[in-house]
Amino acid sequence: MAGNSILKHREAVLAALVVVLALGTSLINPNFLTLENITDLLKANTVSGIFSLGVLMVIVSGGFDVSFTAIAQVTQYAIVLLMLERTEGNIYLAILAAVFFGIVLGLINGAIIHYYNMPAIIVTIATQSLYYGIMYVVTRGRQINDIPSFFWSFSNAKVVEFTSPAGGTYGLSLITALWFILAVILYVFLRHSKLGRSIYAVGGSRISAERIGFNLAHTTLFVYAAMGALAGLAGVVHVSIVQSVIPSSIVGSELQVIAAVVLGGASVTGGKGTVLGAFLGVLLLAILSNSLTLLRISSYYSNVFTGLIILISVTANAIQVQRQRRQRVRVQIDKA
Amino acid sequence: MNFINAKNISKDFGGVHALKGVYFTVRQGEIMGLVGQNGCGKSTLIKTLAGVWRPDGGTLEIAGQKVENPSPFIAIKLGVSVIYQDLSLFPNLSVLENICLGPIIGDNSLLSRISLYRGKAMEILARLGIDINPDDLVEDLPIAKQQLVAIARALANDSRLLILDEPTTALTRREIIQLFSLLSNLKKGGISFVFISHKLGEILEICDRVTVMRDGSIIGTEEAASLNISQIEGMMLGHALALQKKTAFRSGKEVVLSVEHLSKKNHFLDVSFALHAGEVLGLSGLLGSGRTELASAIFGISPADSGKILIRGKEVRIASVGNAIHYGIAYVPEDRLTQGLVMPHSISNNIVIATLEQYLGRLALLSFQKIGLTVKNWISKLDIKTDDARKAASTLSGGNQQKIVIAKWLAMNPAVLIMDGPTVGIDVGAKRAIYDTIQTNAAQGMAVIVISDDIPELLANCDRILIMHGGRLTVEMPTSEADEESLQRSMEIRSGA
Ligand SMILES: Nc1ncnc2c1ncn2[C@@H]1O[C@H](COP(=O)(O)OP(=O)(O)OP(=O)(O)O)[C@@H](O)[C@H]1O
Ligand SMILES: [Mg+2]
Repeated sequence: MAGNSILKHREAVLAALVVVLALGTSLINPNFLTLENITDLLKANTVSGIFSLGVLMVIVSGGFDVSFTAIAQVTQYAIVLLMLERTEGNIYLAILAAVFFGIVLGLINGAIIHYYNMPAIIVTIATQSLYYGIMYVVTRGRQINDIPSFFWSFSNAKVVEFTSPAGGTYGLSLITALWFILAVILYVFLRHSKLGRSIYAVGGSRISAERIGFNLAHTTLFVYAAMGALAGLAGVVHVSIVQSVIPSSIVGSELQVIAAVVLGGASVTGGKGTVLGAFLGVLLLAILSNSLTLLRISSYYSNVFTGLIILISVTANAIQVQRQRRQRVRVQIDKA
Repeated sequence: MNFINAKNISKDFGGVHALKGVYFTVRQGEIMGLVGQNGCGKSTLIKTLAGVWRPDGGTLEIAGQKVENPSPFIAIKLGVSVIYQDLSLFPNLSVLENICLGPIIGDNSLLSRISLYRGKAMEILARLGIDINPDDLVEDLPIAKQQLVAIARALANDSRLLILDEPTTALTRREIIQLFSLLSNLKKGGISFVFISHKLGEILEICDRVTVMRDGSIIGTEEAASLNISQIEGMMLGHALALQKKTAFRSGKEVVLSVEHLSKKNHFLDVSFALHAGEVLGLSGLLGSGRTELASAIFGISPADSGKILIRGKEVRIASVGNAIHYGIAYVPEDRLTQGLVMPHSISNNIVIATLEQYLGRLALLSFQKIGLTVKNWISKLDIKTDDARKAASTLSGGNQQKIVIAKWLAMNPAVLIMDGPTVGIDVGAKRAIYDTIQTNAAQGMAVIVISDDIPELLANCDRILIMHGGRLTVEMPTSEADEESLQRSMEIRSGA
């Protein structure tokens, strides 16, 4: 498949940055590069990681979504209420219901964007506010602290477990493993499935895709539905980590996730981006914010970084495109 | 046998009758030329064949099968591929994947099993004699190679008919010759073509039959061997148009723009010339000779590295397009469709957008009356085919969109007007209108540079002709001393040779 040297190059640079930053951070905090800290860090970033997979798909298809945090928030609230209603709830039911609910909200986005041919960013700004607003109206912003215990077991489960010298246990969380498995599935899907390739094709050129007979409605609806499904799942993962439903705890983090994906090489104009890139992007931002905390730099700065990263990545892409275009016009100058 | 048999096809867009009862056939293994003025319905006809538009009336048979429910997918399945002017490739995907995507979506697997089709794709590339790394991204290829990829893709879809919409506009003469020999070879293998072009010489060179359209109707279909250019023009326009060499030359005294020892790495080297008020200066050379690059430097798109640009004898610094416009230079780019139109906006807005300050009325508000008058004036002057200037620019035919861009720049009334390929994609009738506009403006003192490789066009319009080769200015001669043959020859020759 596409021997996309620019993206490969980008991934190598990101990987190197991750290593350098991790080494740098371990100079300030010698515990940083311990297995315990790394698995904790991964666990803390699992929600962003799951979001990033959906955002990657949406951006590659040439779309955009800022409503996924609202979808996660609303779904989370609804599912926890649902589980509190029932006596025999379990995590499988919770996940299933959340994914279903997320798909419905995602499909609403996709349908408006496709059938009314509207700019995705505008539509999802509107639906973010709408979904979130309805939740507030219905719940009056009430916080839920009494969470069914299976949520806690879910976030606490480990795939591999170690005992620390101090007696505590640590290891690779089930939820982190879930993120990795989804990433691998998405990787295979985007590279080798027909639908996956059509997402790249549509992102590369909508008109061309239409002309060779792609069904644009399928691709668009699928992408936003998948984003919704992943957002629903992320909502469940989030509540199982945080152990309470705070209506304002997820919305607001969407730009962070988008920044990670764009940093990973996804082009906001569509058609470009990889799972590995998005993964490295999430990782890099996670380490960065971790070391900012260590250096006692105010968390207010993290917004500044997010903004800068999005700006720099987008400009870097634009400059690259310009340079390529310029290199193509080249006149063989005659020798006198 | 007829591969395409279209009977009595009609298609309306709102009140516009784009096709009025069209009968059109293409035989198996022939190249059918399709010509006609801008907006006569050529693109609409082929989009109907390709299933993009559903006809409002008439019947369409492809490969002996009646098409009841047209869609792009069905047309491709029946063997019809269109190679649009924009090629409609996926720039972000590899050559291989672009070629194979059609068969891949056609098979009944959920996977994209590209390796299954790799062999076939390589075989097609080899058959076409194309030397491309199949794993390269399409966006990294030059346009001529992209076009070959588009043809390869059509063949990979097992197409029996390839429709080429103005395929030669971005190609050099050598690439055109290669393309034509490729088409002839494929034709021998039983593949049919529809070839749309405004270059009538090329139509006669490559086509077996020619269909001429006017105003949504077919005027006639004739064997190419029995036609000559002025007969086709006669059918298109109702009268023939003879381009004659310019006889009355103007050579103003005042130098408006001059360029001294201008160079830019990998673009052009040591170019000097002067342009006088009221003069029409031709700038020619093969594609890749540096002529377009020279113009982009003068207009500040990609400024020169060294040398001087002088306006009325004073040295100026042109580092940006803004600078150039400030000094009264206007540039109509060759690639007009991507560089100059706001498609969803109205025709009228597109024409006046660069010159709004000319239409201020009382209280410094825009006077829509003034705008309306100007727009009406340009629409009739350039014969832009529309029934309502408030409609979106995207509803116009390709050639009429080009005319809007030209109108926009002319409305600026610049001191120096540079036109790159002023009549690319424009029909013979409207060419006349553009030539007249150039001459009238020059007569009023505007200095004009016409960049073109259409030699009769240069001879008919210019007072003096410059030729570039390999980034250098090689020839400068008054039109009175030039003729077609000598110009053609000098384009191929490098300096000092
Ligand atoms: N989508 C559309 N909406 C409204 N009108 C349209 C549309 N497409 C084409 N038309 C109109 O139909 C007529 C035929 O246009 P068409 O594009 O077929 O011309 P053409 O022969 O291809 O011209 P050109 O040589 O300039 O490309 C024109 O009057 C055009 O304005
Ligand atoms: Mg057309």
